[in-house]
Amino acid sequence: MIANLLQVKDLSVSYRGADAKLRQAVAGVSFEIARGEVLGLMGESGCGKTSAALALLGLLSDQQAQISGSVQFRGQELPSMDQCALRALRGAGISMVFQEPEIALNPVMRVGHQVAEVIHAHKRCSWKQCRAEAEAALARVGLPARQRIFSAYPHQLSGGQRQRVVLAQALACEPALVIADEPTASLDARSQSELLTLLRQLKRDSSIAILLISHTPEVQAFLADRLMVMADGRIVEQGPFEQLYRNPSHELTRAMLRTNSLADFARDLDLEMVT
Amino acid sequence: MRYFARRLAHAVLLLLGISVFSFALLQLAPGDFFSSLQLNPQISSRTVEALRSQYGLDKPLPVRYGSWLHSVLKGDLGTSFAYNSPVAPLLALRARNTLLLTGTATLLAWLLAIPLGIWSAAHRGEWGDRMGGVMTSTLLTVPDLVLFLALLLLAVRTGWFPTGGMISAEFNDLNFWSKVKDLANHLLLPSLGLALATLPPLVRHIRSAMIEVLDSPFIRAARAHGIAERRVLLRYALPVAANPLISLLGFSIATMLSAGLLVEVILSWPGIGPLLVDAILSKDTYVVVGTVMLSSVFLVAGNLFADMLLFAADPRIRME
Amino acid sequence: MIPAHSGPHANPSSNPSQPLLRVTGLCKQFVQRRNFSRQQFSVNAFENVTLQLFRGRTLALVGESGAGKSTLARCIALLERPSEGTIALDGTDLLALDTKGLFPIRRRIQLIFQDPASALNPQLTACETIAEPLAIQNVSTKKERHERALQLMDQVGLGPAAAQKRPFEFSGGQRQRLAIARALALEPDVLVLDESLSALDALNRDLILQLLADLQAVRSLAYLYVSHDLRLVSQFADEVVVMYQGRIVEQKKTRELFAHPAHFHTRELLATVHSVESILRERSA
Repeated sequence: MIANLLQVKDLSVSYRGADAKLRQAVAGVSFEIARGEVLGLMGESGCGKTSAALALLGLLSDQQAQISGSVQFRGQELPSMDQCALRALRGAGISMVFQEPEIALNPVMRVGHQVAEVIHAHKRCSWKQCRAEAEAALARVGLPARQRIFSAYPHQLSGGQRQRVVLAQALACEPALVIADEPTASLDARSQSELLTLLRQLKRDSSIAILLISHTPEVQAFLADRLMVMADGRIVEQGPFEQLYRNPSHELTRAMLRTNSLADFARDLDLEMVT
Repeated sequence: MRYFARRLAHAVLLLLGISVFSFALLQLAPGDFFSSLQLNPQISSRTVEALRSQYGLDKPLPVRYGSWLHSVLKGDLGTSFAYNSPVAPLLALRARNTLLLTGTATLLAWLLAIPLGIWSAAHRGEWGDRMGGVMTSTLLTVPDLVLFLALLLLAVRTGWFPTGGMISAEFNDLNFWSKVKDLANHLLLPSLGLALATLPPLVRHIRSAMIEVLDSPFIRAARAHGIAERRVLLRYALPVAANPLISLLGFSIATMLSAGLLVEVILSWPGIGPLLVDAILSKDTYVVVGTVMLSSVFLVAGNLFADMLLFAADPRIRME
Repeated sequence: MIPAHSGPHANPSSNPSQPLLRVTGLCKQFVQRRNFSRQQFSVNAFENVTLQLFRGRTLALVGESGAGKSTLARCIALLERPSEGTIALDGTDLLALDTKGLFPIRRRIQLIFQDPASALNPQLTACETIAEPLAIQNVSTKKERHERALQLMDQVGLGPAAAQKRPFEFSGGQRQRLAIARALALEPDVLVLDESLSALDALNRDLILQLLADLQAVRSLAYLYVSHDLRLVSQFADEVVVMYQGRIVEQKKTRELFAHPAHFHTRELLATVHSVESILRERSA
């Protein structure tokens, strides 16, 4: 039996408000992710998806939120780890791809250097080596050296390119698990399609596990093996994607997946094209 | 480049305006330099008149201004009535002394403020930050006058520091290193005082600029990638927080000539401050105008410098 | 909106077969100067755009990022001035009017943005937000404005309890409803929606789409929906205009476009559109 890569039991996150009141964002969430598996996470905005992801990585300080529950990565308990060990894990064991790459990148640092910084933080090698590896990381996500992305600033790149840079940062140290928070949200259709293909390829070639947070059914259909649906901080349904799509047992699941975002005639045409 | 050329042209116009203003303002007070002489019964009014016409004080105001402007453009800033010597070399000497003082004080203030501000921001809300806040508030509310007098008192009571002046009496007899030591000794108290006086707003600005940046998504992303906290502070947050601080630095430089006035007077540092004060009181016109002009040039140049720094530092502004 | 339950209930006083808004030969150029030199170069945001909006119908403007759609939307919403061309509303040439003349016309064309969070003033309550345009156009008294605001909130599905709340207290879907209520305050004839649904999750998107359909049916509004998402557009647009690098490359009824795409770019865009069914089928293959 292969032990799960990530095992979460009864994770709860409560934010401390300015008036010292606790506002619960995540309430007793439990799930697992196996090596090389893609687990999709769907839910309305504000249902606790991002909070859960941040809590996993220990990015919420004690001041900001109260976290309880067990998070086991490769058998180790994350909440009880000290900051140093946790930092070594972030970016190298578990990494995160943030929403809105425009604001997830340092505006005054060249993007290549930003990738190199991640590498330097985890590997003991010279800056020259880090830069070389950064170039390689950028090439792997479809930004080859000849495009001269390395010395560009974030505001000089297109949305799709920025998203790839953020992905390169996340993949630079070959993590086992990537948490992708709405990776296609700010992209146009073509860039979306390219990014998803890239993610699928990575999943096949490097067995990277992905926690895919996205409210778009088509995105989940493309990548997710299993799916969880969250509402008000709780998981309402969990299971293999196709099963949830064809036989949803919860109202919300049905609503989120069956939204007919493609008109009937378009769907028929689409199916014709495939068969 | 056109942008800067335009700024330069504006600056020149501004300086011209300031010179007119200060010239005219000085004349508002009744009398002139030689009025006090008239009170002395032993000096006949004819002598006073003669002195007046010698210095051209009997001519109408616009004429005097015109001839002053004319000579300024030739490099001659006029003559001081009190010192009976040209203004320019007098100003140069005093300005040098002032710049030594304020330069040291500014350097000291920024060297202290930056780590304090960063540290406070990184430990926001903790007791260390709160203690720091109390201290800066106290320094801010204590009037500069009180602060400098307190330092003077310290010097007098303990004898650890000289109580005034820039150099000792035996200065010229000392060898090079002793000269340096002597100067440093005299410089210590006034520059420390000035630094402490200008420190609080700097720390506050640095702290709030850092806090604002530390809340940004890209900082959270950097932490999520496992980058060490110290690096996040210095390599990620500080450069982005530097924007408003660069303008502040320019302003610090701009006020370098004027900021030292109070401390110079109290701790008897032979700089521009005491010179200006005496000159205003005795209506030594050309000294006053010359000093004001020099300070204004510094102000304008400092601001222009700050803009250039900003331009060089932030790639986003360059792109616009 | 695609027929079935909502047909164009035209305002009896206007002729539904005549276009409400007619855009002819519209061009927009941006002039930029290189750093440190006097050399200028102009960038065409879009050129030679001709299209028409009809009452009770939705026109979708589709294209990749950078195709000029948003700039075009802003020009039509009268937020930016195009370099050339005409925009005629019920026959009146809007670009020939001066600022004063344009003021009463502005209420007839409203714009709804992509991100409601940044489009709403965080300091105003929901009620104040909706009443604001009424105040700007000097409509009736403060009390009446307040009442109108409450009515509108009801129409978009926000209860009276929400009236005193501020934007940050609402969810994304609710904020967009608030933005719609504000846009409707002045009883416009044209609504320009700039990617207004793309920031919402699937559930909210459906609800808002339904709301927009209902409103269009009742008030005979003309919609111009700007999007990069053909998938979304297929569901509710009557006609689709495809833009590529600032030009219109194809303009057809939605069904026609999907069945017989002519331009290569349209085909490219269509190729990225898949239904969940087809994706699942492809995966299991």
